[in-house]
Amino acid sequence: MTAGRTEEAVTDVPAPRAAVAPGAEPRSLGARLLGPQRRNLWFWLFVGPFAIGLGLFTYVPLVWSVYLSFFDAHNTVSPAGSDFVGLGNYGAMLSDPAFLGSLGTFLLFTAFIVPATYALSLALALMVNRLRFAQAFFRSVFFLPTACSYVVAAVIWKLSIFNGVRFGLANTVLGWFGAEQTAWLSTTDPPWYWLVIVTVRLWLQAGFYMILFLAGLQRISPQLYEAAAVDGARPGWQVFRHITFPQLRATSVAVVLLLVINAFQAFDEFYNLLSDARGYPPYARPPLVYLYYTALGRDQNLGLGSAGAVILALIIAVATVVQARWFGLGRKEE
Amino acid sequence: MHDALTRAGRALRLVFLIALALLFLIPFYLLVRNGLATERDITAPGWTFFPHTLQWSNLTEVFRDPNLPLGRALLNSTLIAVSTTLGTVLLASLAGYGLARIPYRRANLVFYAILGTLMVPAAVTFVPSFVLVSTLGWISTLRGLVVPTLFSAFACFIFRQYFLGFPKELEDAARVDGLGYWRTYWRIVVPNARPVFAAVGTIVFIGAWNAFLWPLVIGQDREAWTVQVALSTFTTAQNLNLHELFVAAAVSIAPLVVVFLLLQRYIVAGVERSGIDD
Repeated sequence: MTAGRTEEAVTDVPAPRAAVAPGAEPRSLGARLLGPQRRNLWFWLFVGPFAIGLGLFTYVPLVWSVYLSFFDAHNTVSPAGSDFVGLGNYGAMLSDPAFLGSLGTFLLFTAFIVPATYALSLALALMVNRLRFAQAFFRSVFFLPTACSYVVAAVIWKLSIFNGVRFGLANTVLGWFGAEQTAWLSTTDPPWYWLVIVTVRLWLQAGFYMILFLAGLQRISPQLYEAAAVDGARPGWQVFRHITFPQLRATSVAVVLLLVINAFQAFDEFYNLLSDARGYPPYARPPLVYLYYTALGRDQNLGLGSAGAVILALIIAVATVVQARWFGLGRKEE
Repeated sequence: MHDALTRAGRALRLVFLIALALLFLIPFYLLVRNGLATERDITAPGWTFFPHTLQWSNLTEVFRDPNLPLGRALLNSTLIAVSTTLGTVLLASLAGYGLARIPYRRANLVFYAILGTLMVPAAVTFVPSFVLVSTLGWISTLRGLVVPTLFSAFACFIFRQYFLGFPKELEDAARVDGLGYWRTYWRIVVPNARPVFAAVGTIVFIGAWNAFLWPLVIGQDREAWTVQVALSTFTTAQNLNLHELFVAAAVSIAPLVVVFLLLQRYIVAGVERSGIDD
């Protein structure tokens, strides 16, 4: 963020006040509310609709959710008439092995997807960045999956690549090497479904983070590389370790933060890959999938679901702040 | 000797890149292959690169299947994506301009209140938002699907950053000519800020078209299904026709791939300018 310019915008304010001639009539309350040259009015005409909408559809639901979470609200969104249970829903959620298991699933998923996406997108950016020709072509190819939805990707993964034992690309290719057929999505030991879930997200996301890294790479001054060459650093690993990687630090921090936040929101691919006509299997339920079934499934337990959402929001807030501190993120890089 | 090594390294890297690119393109190929194949070609035990017969009638058949309301879903998705994009761009650009350019003592406070919602991932608020939307009686309506998604703090943030760096001279000239904030914004700023409008618009459009959780929760009636919800419901159905599902999936991404390839450079510019990695 450009702090300097922000200040400029703010320090603009006193100037017109000074322009009010001394001895002028004291301004009425209305005039003061409107501000010099009706600036306050104009500010709220521009920002108001957005701010009100954001408040109504983000802050109000959050507060309502906290309120609802203290009630035994089944099938209803207004707690009137249902029992006040205090912190009961929170206790129930925090002692529910399925909910805790969903947090475990998230942690495991994050442990897979964050380093994998980070490494792949950085590698793609480094390779594409050094291309002398066809750079736009390769960039487009890797970026194109970003236009795909998780639903469409799940159709391809579930019903074509990692289809069950009868057909499917993965089993066919493995069959050429004499490997046995695998039921990818229903094998829990070993958990082959992880391979399916992680590769979908890698395919969809890597191109987007590659673009972020490419932007970062372009900002590194060529003089640094020249200096490194003069100092005798061998191109390749040494230059990467001592110049490129440290210079990409800000980008890396942003990428890791985004990856973790996005992993928290994992829903689409789990839901679409693992649920079928029989419902959702008991394994691999990240928090959102679990909340979806708690709040909007057969039980319609919105009080319990709200408690879960509040717990999740708190965990995310704490995790974000800790990460930001950890990486030394100030306001500047928010 | 050294030169030969470098050249060999470069060739190796290119081969590796081409292999990776093919790997990234395979899913698109599978989508088209299965969409044009016969049911037997998809489910036959031995997988072949080319289907034995190309069945172009799949393209029309999928629109006639009463189990998959694809036409209706495409219409819903189009309405939702277009109105979400227009609404978001209008609201967020106005707010971003106000925050960046209209001096107001508490502008920073308002800005941080908006920025704070970025910390709350939208998906975590789906239970409370569902509660609100159902209280309003907006379940399975277009406004229930669109209105709550219009207030994107991310879009507002990008616009604000962009307008902060916008040359002030242009606006000053307009002010000297006696234009107020509104006309300066509409006549000077908007026409000169087309790239950022295109960038945010494309990102919002892709996001709205591909959204899944919100339309799944709010669009409960069949009539309110988006393409994503229809496809997903079809995937979990008991008797599914794979060739229809694949052609429907291909149809659902076709408009997006076109938009994407045409406007790609704006997305890239928008991402680079978002200040995300600054």
